[in-house]
Amino acid sequence: MIDWIAIFSNAAQELISPTTAAYALAALGLAIHFGYTGLLNFGQAGFMALGAYGYAISTLSFGFPVWAAVLVGIGASVVFALILGIPTLRLRADYLAIVTIAAAEILRLVFTTNTFDALTGSASGLQGYKGGFADLNPIPAGTYGFSPFTYNAYDWWIRIVGWSLVVLLAVITWLIMRSPWGRVIKGIREDEDAVRALGKNVYSYKMQSLILGGVYGTLAGMIFVLPRAVVPANYQTSLTFFVYAILLLGGAATILGPVIGSMIFWVLLSFFSGFVARAVEAGWLPFMSQVQAGQLRFILVGIAIMLIVIFRPQGIFGNKKELAFVK
Amino acid sequence: MSSNVTPTSKPVKTTGLHVGDAAPGVRKVDPILIADGVKRTFGGLTAVDVDHVEVPRGAITALIGPNGAGKTTFFNLLTGFDKPDAGKWEFDGRSLAHVPAYRVARMGLIRTFQLTKALGLLTVMDNMKLGAKGQTGENLFRSVLPFLWRKQEDEIEAKALEILARFKLDTKKDDYAASLSGGQRKLLEMARALMSDPTLVMLDEPMAGVNPALTQSLLDHILDLKSQGMTVLFVEHDMHMVRHIADWVIVMAEGRIVAEGDPHIVMQDQAVIDAYLGAHHDADLGSTDTEHVEVLKELIDDEQ
Ligand SMILES: Nc1ncnc2c1ncn2[C@@H]1O[C@H](COP(=O)(O)OP(=O)(O)OP(=O)(O)O)[C@@H](O)[C@H]1O
Ligand SMILES: [Mg+2]
Repeated sequence: MIDWIAIFSNAAQELISPTTAAYALAALGLAIHFGYTGLLNFGQAGFMALGAYGYAISTLSFGFPVWAAVLVGIGASVVFALILGIPTLRLRADYLAIVTIAAAEILRLVFTTNTFDALTGSASGLQGYKGGFADLNPIPAGTYGFSPFTYNAYDWWIRIVGWSLVVLLAVITWLIMRSPWGRVIKGIREDEDAVRALGKNVYSYKMQSLILGGVYGTLAGMIFVLPRAVVPANYQTSLTFFVYAILLLGGAATILGPVIGSMIFWVLLSFFSGFVARAVEAGWLPFMSQVQAGQLRFILVGIAIMLIVIFRPQGIFGNKKELAFVK
Repeated sequence: MSSNVTPTSKPVKTTGLHVGDAAPGVRKVDPILIADGVKRTFGGLTAVDVDHVEVPRGAITALIGPNGAGKTTFFNLLTGFDKPDAGKWEFDGRSLAHVPAYRVARMGLIRTFQLTKALGLLTVMDNMKLGAKGQTGENLFRSVLPFLWRKQEDEIEAKALEILARFKLDTKKDDYAASLSGGQRKLLEMARALMSDPTLVMLDEPMAGVNPALTQSLLDHILDLKSQGMTVLFVEHDMHMVRHIADWVIVMAEGRIVAEGDPHIVMQDQAVIDAYLGAHHDADLGSTDTEHVEVLKELIDDEQ
């Protein structure tokens, strides 16, 4: 018989998993880019890769302490945002989309190639960079929590840091979006020439937005690799699209949307994969192998997201009223 | 039609603006905007080719001309939204060549657009607030500390409310700009332009699509700008409006300034009649010209 308890408790664990926090951060960054400023950044995976590699390489190859490794990652993503933004932000919106998608792929290939194997570990990636972060853990060794949320001290430490970061950046985003700065940013989304005609340096604001959302992506990339290893294959374009799916699910120009969207996405993904795998085991789906079943979960999540987008196109937290005026 | 607009009071015309005979490029006593040899071509088409033109300070100047004369393109060039192939132009004695559009606006030259640019998914109030200059909270780092900009924000809001009330939009302040009618958006765009206390306001067809009942109040608003010491340059096809409020008229055709002068006199200029009918109108009066004939008839009727 199917072990429903296991399926549900695995799914519930995704609610507070570090991966969910990482995707929430990346989606919050995209909310700044796409939802509030109207920038089409299709390279969020590249920003995440910079966080992961920036942190891991500076720890492993240069022996940097945690704070310095974090700063290296942030610095790298600021430079990346400048390189992407300087030539494209004066042009039409679609140019940024093309350039970001290509640049993120270039980054991934650079991290994958054997040429820099000594630094990047090429296709097999990097591990063994968690010591510094684990040393900062104030929680005494042991196992804590209640079922299904029972973890050891390190796992709790990642979750606490990850979700604290989500809360902190969500509050910061909320603050800046209700300020005059946010008003300019939203004005640019609506019509940048009108904002320019009112004396605002649109180019500079778009750059600030690109950098800020990119830094969110970079921090997401660091949280993402704390419970696992750094593997270049994780930073494919599909990662960016999953983050977009989360954003649209939750509501593009909202603060809670990306966070709750990420939770729903990961809970659904875990639920479907648990369910399908066990259903195949139990012989409910005789036409399917285990490998095929592994892919089916993405199809089911895709269908679930399509349903939400059809029946609630503004996203879960989006404003229905806005939709009446979409051109 | 516009003919049922009855002026509530006769506006005070500003006179004595030019030096010498009224001719294309005539010098002004106190010019606020001077353009010299400004030229813009699109491929083989010369959209703007202005030898010399001066806009008088403290007056309402109309820029008229048939469709495709280059009025909007000239506006874009003057305000930094487009770059000319050649030429120089200055505002208030400062050169504007290579000055980006946002800096032009900060210098006090604010424009509106022929195709209205209301920021649809911002409220009417937010549209207005965006117009205010020098906001502390528009800096990313200060924006997270509301106590730094709260007071200024309140002042801006009070000012916005006052201007909105003048434009009869105060009841709409919390609605999305996208929910306004076309005419109301024109009003909002003009109201928003005033938030920055500009010295020169350039309006591209402020009356297009505005119903006659609203036209009168828009005219009053424009006259009001002058009485507050602002200079107005506007593009308009409605000749009644031009004659009613303009102190000076500049006529463009095929990219050039073909005539300048007092609104009542300039309409009788042969160059203006040619501009609207095409230079060879007596040879071939095609059906497409009927509209222009209407315009001219209206003008002549009006003069009598
Ligand atoms: N971006 C562009 N590319 C090519 N041609 C252009 C462009 N913008 C304007 N033109 C051409 O330049 C000429 C002047 O256009 P402009 O919009 O300035 O006319 P206008 O005087 O504002 O006309 P209207 O009264 O109809 O608004 C037109 O012939 C137009 O086709
Ligand atoms: Mg025009």
